[in-house]
Amino acid sequence: MHNFNYHLAADVQDAVAKLSKSEDGKIISGGMTLLPTLKNRLSAPSDLIDLGNIDALRGVVVSKTEVTIKGMTCHADVAANADLQRVLPALANLAGIIGDPAVRHRGTIGGSVANADPAADYPAAVVGLDGVVETNQRRINGDDFFISLFETALEPNEVITAVHFKVPDAAHYMKFRHPASGYAVVGVMVARYGKKVRVAVTGAGPNVFRVPAMEAALEQNFAPEAIANVAVDADDLLGDMHCSAEYRAHMVGVYARRAVAAIVG
Amino acid sequence: MGEFAMGQPVARFEDPRLLRGGGRYIDDLVLPNMAHGYVLRSPHAHAKILSIDTSAAQKLPGVLAVLTGQDWADSTFADLPTATGRKRRDGTPMYRPPFPGLVKDRVRYVGDCVAFVVAKTIAQAMEAAELIEIDYEPLPAITSTADAILPDAPRVWEETPDNIHFVHTEGDKAATDAAFAKAHHIAKQRLVLTRVTAASMETRGAVGDYDAAADRYTIYSPLQRALVFRAELMTTLRVPESKIRVVAGDIGGSFGMKSGVFNEVGIVLLASKIVGRPVKWISTRSDSFLCDAHGRDNVTDVELALDKDGKFLGMRVKTIAAVGSYTQPGSESGPVGNLGTLAGVYTTPAIDVDVTAVFTNTNPMRPYRGNGRPEAAYVVERIIDVAADEMGIDPVELRRRNLIPPEAMPYKTALSFKIDCGEFEKNMDMALVMGDYAGFEARRAAARKRGKLRGIGVSNSIERAAAPGFEGSEIRFDRTGSVTVLSGAVTQGQGHETAFKQIVCDDLGVSPNDVHYLQGDTDQVFFGEGTGGSRTAGIGGSALKMATTKIIDKAKKIASHMMKVDDVECVEGLLTSRSSNRSMTMKEIAKASLDPKNLPVGMEAGLNASAVYTAHVQNYPNGTHVCEVEIDEETGQVELVEYNVVDDVGNVINPLLLKGQIYGGVAQGVGQILMEEIRFDPESGQNLSGSFMDYAMPRAEHFPHITVKSSPVPTQTNLLGVKGAGEAGCVGAMPALANALVDAMSHLGVKHIEMPATPERVWRTMEAAKAARA
Repeated sequence: MHNFNYHLAADVQDAVAKLSKSEDGKIISGGMTLLPTLKNRLSAPSDLIDLGNIDALRGVVVSKTEVTIKGMTCHADVAANADLQRVLPALANLAGIIGDPAVRHRGTIGGSVANADPAADYPAAVVGLDGVVETNQRRINGDDFFISLFETALEPNEVITAVHFKVPDAAHYMKFRHPASGYAVVGVMVARYGKKVRVAVTGAGPNVFRVPAMEAALEQNFAPEAIANVAVDADDLLGDMHCSAEYRAHMVGVYARRAVAAIVG
Repeated sequence: MGEFAMGQPVARFEDPRLLRGGGRYIDDLVLPNMAHGYVLRSPHAHAKILSIDTSAAQKLPGVLAVLTGQDWADSTFADLPTATGRKRRDGTPMYRPPFPGLVKDRVRYVGDCVAFVVAKTIAQAMEAAELIEIDYEPLPAITSTADAILPDAPRVWEETPDNIHFVHTEGDKAATDAAFAKAHHIAKQRLVLTRVTAASMETRGAVGDYDAAADRYTIYSPLQRALVFRAELMTTLRVPESKIRVVAGDIGGSFGMKSGVFNEVGIVLLASKIVGRPVKWISTRSDSFLCDAHGRDNVTDVELALDKDGKFLGMRVKTIAAVGSYTQPGSESGPVGNLGTLAGVYTTPAIDVDVTAVFTNTNPMRPYRGNGRPEAAYVVERIIDVAADEMGIDPVELRRRNLIPPEAMPYKTALSFKIDCGEFEKNMDMALVMGDYAGFEARRAAARKRGKLRGIGVSNSIERAAAPGFEGSEIRFDRTGSVTVLSGAVTQGQGHETAFKQIVCDDLGVSPNDVHYLQGDTDQVFFGEGTGGSRTAGIGGSALKMATTKIIDKAKKIASHMMKVDDVECVEGLLTSRSSNRSMTMKEIAKASLDPKNLPVGMEAGLNASAVYTAHVQNYPNGTHVCEVEIDEETGQVELVEYNVVDDVGNVINPLLLKGQIYGGVAQGVGQILMEEIRFDPESGQNLSGSFMDYAMPRAEHFPHITVKSSPVPTQTNLLGVKGAGEAGCVGAMPALANALVDAMSHLGVKHIEMPATPERVWRTMEAAKAARA
């Protein structure tokens, strides 16, 4: 780890002020990705601005139509929220299978979404549940938020304050874990809003993506067999020594069908 | 039999200390004025070092020294000890590549030690290492074991143009050829034994402390063979052994990996001598993946010849085994030291084994739990299943037709084993009942209805444990009658303290609260060889038994003298005279032994004994594993659903410790079959599995309950009747699980699946079989 200046921000405004004043500063929320990167000397920010003391950034607000999770809410608190479990269990379940218990008690939704790891779980929810990312400056549609591998629509000095999700009629998240890291190799969120359907896939590609052909087929007939012959193109997917792009493409199909089957019951 | 006697499930005495953070591992050690070192490693699998510039690093605040290969070459130290004694195919001696602590002009694997920065803090040392400028000229690298012998393969060492380190043959080629000539059926299979890493919970580390006034070196490092290690280290330091102290401390897992004189041990001692302070080096987890010695890694072609009734006539085994880039004493034992296991528990009359050991631009290899035993068990037990499938005979039935019967004991196999005892059919039948082999097809059918492919696998295995050798032990009673027990063995987590205290408490009637166990410090332990090869219960335990016997003999004489009787007997540590109805405890004798008036004329005062036990022959633990898997046909995911083990490890000192050993061994075998693998990029030679993000390890959630039952046939080859238990779980697990996987998929036409059977590989194997049938 290289040396850096540590700041504990009083509020979001203070964090942004400190960030803009720093030479090459970084916001730290849960630090579940940033800290290992620092320890391995792969990153050397001049300053770390910690959001950990800002209580206003914590909490889950659940209504019949919308769920709001504030930026510094840790995964364990999302998973354990009784209202969320009732209104949008797919989201609570997703949070409950991120990483391991230690990660779930430190890692935050804002950190995860801002980091945009292609194998993170939350992006599947942000896109699959028609989410909106709220920052200190604006609201960004989930569909427009994730640009590429570790790249988002966030501007410098922009801090995620909350993520909003639209409550679907039904939804289910299925995750195939990487054998070593436990990250999502394929994570599929299927959500049904009236006649509209969203299918969002994380892990398999360089970026979370929707599968329009599956969505169209499911809007015609919301049943596993409706997408039995809808394939995603392996050329667009990632591959590593454990799971090739071809296998990921296959697994997107399997897990999308299983998610639909789980909803249909 | 008391609460702490032999055979009792005594809870581990070491656990309260270790679980409360009372362990003393290498990174816990802080010496006054201690400096910290960082090893700068090669980023190339093979390259010439054209130049090294350390000047900027030297100037950084806190930096005490920057050592390079030139400093190592200029020092008083010799290179590190290497393997000896093997030959090439033409009979010429093998090439012994030099193994310097720091390399000077060429690097041979990613992780090779190039420079060592010593600073007041580790942060300063790491900072300085980034300023070292090295000009490399990359060279082509070979990391594939199978391809290392190809004519155009890059040369790891110029001295061995074919990359062949040595060749070893065993068995009877002519008899095997003759057996194959008359075979009714020949089963053939290529088997790739993957490369894995120990990934011990505690990484390696070392603190070197040179005492200039005494001209004496102390090395603190987690090492499983402290006294043998000192003898090996002597050749590097070029001083008598008495000028070296090795302290092992607590060891957080080793599995064979922490058994050699590694670069960093030599480096911290040299650095300590140069900077005049103790120097600590601790491997990070990243370092561990990059530079720990690896295990397994061979490619084996096996053929089994059978007659029309399925009787084994002969077996041929041809192996190419990796030794990595450098060798160490014992690094050749993995490929050739345990080939006897290939004969299995079967009567196969003729076996021909041919092993070619090759250099590759990869980490050096060390023994890894089983050290050739699991590899060999995998080869014989897999080829039996292949033959059974091809001949349409039930694999259990095929095994049964070829088992060595108990009445044939002692039995000399076609390889090196002279098995003294064992009841192999009984083990197998017990395990088949435990695993309900007879009822399996109903479970397979039920699983099929749930969309799962269920398979069952069986393995029998046998191995040599406690290879001929010595172990030392010592028992010292103090003035108050409490006891210090010392052993040359070194626990890495097995629970030696508990097992040894049971022997002492059982024999001498002392309370475990009065016994202190001490190991791993060569200034305290007088003799021994350390722990490895499933040797400690048999050899170390027998050494302790000898020492308790000496104590009892002396105690009886003292008691006779004091009670003025001649019929003293020792029963569980109580010295009793039937005629006088008097008795004394061992503690009373110990206290009394320090007053000359209590002693017969000429007897030395005190109650102490040391002993060295010599094992002339090995013993043969054996057993049967039966396991069941379910495969998700759509995804290839494997779930281990049933696991049963019957082991014969002779007399059981402590069933809790034994189960712990079997569970851990099974987990290691399962890990290799399902997920673990060190992989190198074939072009660049980079380690692609350099962290837990890429190297998959088995977790508790991957296992069902493992049922372990013992079927002891005590051996006469040591004083306790015990056979080795440390490696047995791993030996039986690899083939049992692999057989279950193939069985689950055999209806699709699958004949074999390579390890690791990752979900993708399983899925592809099924898809390929289906495509071939279509």
